[in-house]
Amino acid sequence: MPSAIPEDSVGLVTHQDFTVQDALALECGRSLPGYTLRFECYGSLNAERSNAILLCHALSGDHHAAGYYHEEDRKPGWWEHLVGPGKPIDSQRFFIVCSNFIGSCKGSTGPASINPGTGEPWGLDFPMVTVKDWVRTQATLADHLGIHQWAAVIGGSLGGMQVMQWAMDYPDRLRHAIAIAAAPRLTAQNIAFNEVCRQAIMSDPDFHEGRYYHFQTKPRQGLSLARMIGHITYLSDDAMRRKFGRETRGGKAFSFGFDADFEVESYLRYQGSSFVERFDANSYLYITRALDYFDPASGFDGSLAAAFSGVKAQFLVVSFSTDWRFSPERSREIVQALYTAGVDVSYTEIQAQHGHDSFLLPIPQYMAVLGAYLNRVAEEAGA
Amino acid sequence: MIFPLRPDLEIVAGWIAPGSRVLDLGCGEGELLDYLRREKGVRGYGIEIEDARVVSALRRGLPVIQQDLDAGLRQFGDHSVDTVVLSLTLQAVHFPRDLLLEMLRVGREGIVSFPNMGHWQARWQLGVHGRMPVTDALPHTWYDTPNIHLCTLRDFDSLCRENGIRVLERVVLDDRRRSTWANRLLPNLFGEVALYRCASGS
Repeated sequence: MPSAIPEDSVGLVTHQDFTVQDALALECGRSLPGYTLRFECYGSLNAERSNAILLCHALSGDHHAAGYYHEEDRKPGWWEHLVGPGKPIDSQRFFIVCSNFIGSCKGSTGPASINPGTGEPWGLDFPMVTVKDWVRTQATLADHLGIHQWAAVIGGSLGGMQVMQWAMDYPDRLRHAIAIAAAPRLTAQNIAFNEVCRQAIMSDPDFHEGRYYHFQTKPRQGLSLARMIGHITYLSDDAMRRKFGRETRGGKAFSFGFDADFEVESYLRYQGSSFVERFDANSYLYITRALDYFDPASGFDGSLAAAFSGVKAQFLVVSFSTDWRFSPERSREIVQALYTAGVDVSYTEIQAQHGHDSFLLPIPQYMAVLGAYLNRVAEEAGA
Repeated sequence: MIFPLRPDLEIVAGWIAPGSRVLDLGCGEGELLDYLRREKGVRGYGIEIEDARVVSALRRGLPVIQQDLDAGLRQFGDHSVDTVVLSLTLQAVHFPRDLLLEMLRVGREGIVSFPNMGHWQARWQLGVHGRMPVTDALPHTWYDTPNIHLCTLRDFDSLCRENGIRVLERVVLDDRRRSTWANRLLPNLFGEVALYRCASGS
């Protein structure tokens, strides 16, 4: 192990691509002429194939949940705190798979990929994809990996929605479902935030109706603004106050202009502009739309409990006290519906300062809860 | 590892039908539920507020829901379980009557246990020494106690009468957690812990 990489990391990792040539019929009624999923694996599958865990990522996440790409890589995967040897999602006991989803820009087929029908990037011609479609393609990946049943499917935020969809659509293919900082559907306020983000992107002059690839440009301002808005909603009022207060940059006096005087402004601008370098604006549109559309109860006269009626997996639902984007109240709705449906469900609300982003952080009680739950999942799996 | 159940929990366990559905309010580390699941094939959920206890219950593989009992049981449907258990916790909640009625809405039966403030030791400390009682069953000083709604057996009986709660069975244990002739004869004097099995009157 190179000295620069911590010992409790999965270490150096590489991604893999899984390509399906067959057309994929999507929930929206259209189809994709084949697709690629990019994914990573950590740990090893046992002989019984009983110790596999699927991680589902959130809006701006990807398949790179843990580890480093090279020895000088400064930034590990997005769930490095939780995934690794001896960590709650223990790579010494589990075979861990994290897959990127279609519609993304991180290596899986998405709006920036080439449409084989035209030879041009798809742009907004890319068909609408949903949480249900993502789960279906992940199930195909599971077949490819020889995993009939996951020991657990785990995800935070939008990842938690995929977890619920897995339990509903493939009840026999997972034993445990861990939905963290999730919601059974977005509220009007939540859809409203997404809409403002999308409008920011689509009203950027460089958007070109999603065909900006053709013009060798991208809607930088719009995407950056979308990220800034998102970022505000992922943090709590308290967390922002603690982190930035009203500090000015370098303690300087006001400029009496509109430069970034305050630390919080400069932070948001940095977050926005760095996001533009690593994310595709069209993917942001598609993925936020998939979030908006997620509503499993809608097919059951609004009854989430009825939607969960076929669920066989046992559930752990986790929320964070200061998360107002996906509040504890939303998680309790999930718990209530699971209870009513007769599913074994555990629920914990973690006291945390960091709002929605808490699900990414090493909060001791959060780590203890996941560790305790997954210890038992591992024991059941003989891992 | 299997530990013997506390004597009061053993009585609670004896009142629960094999294979039934149970909600254990204030389940702690889940010792009762664990026992019921192993020995009686009971399907149970625990409710617990304290972080460390929730983790212990999860470690045992029990479905545990972290929640404050003072927030009520709204999310649990009418008669969605067979029995709701509230073990030595009634005295620590803000609205004991409301919670009791909620228990009997959610479960077909409720099992409640509480420390008896009418026990002779408590009476002695208050009546003779003029001090708030500190006993084995009530080990806290008055200024630092979770127990905010203490009652005697007679108080509890009248609460049941006034609220149409049927008492199906009652066991009273002495300070050594035994049921003896003395506390059967004078339960409100010699009983330190009382256990009631109740149902809604209607």
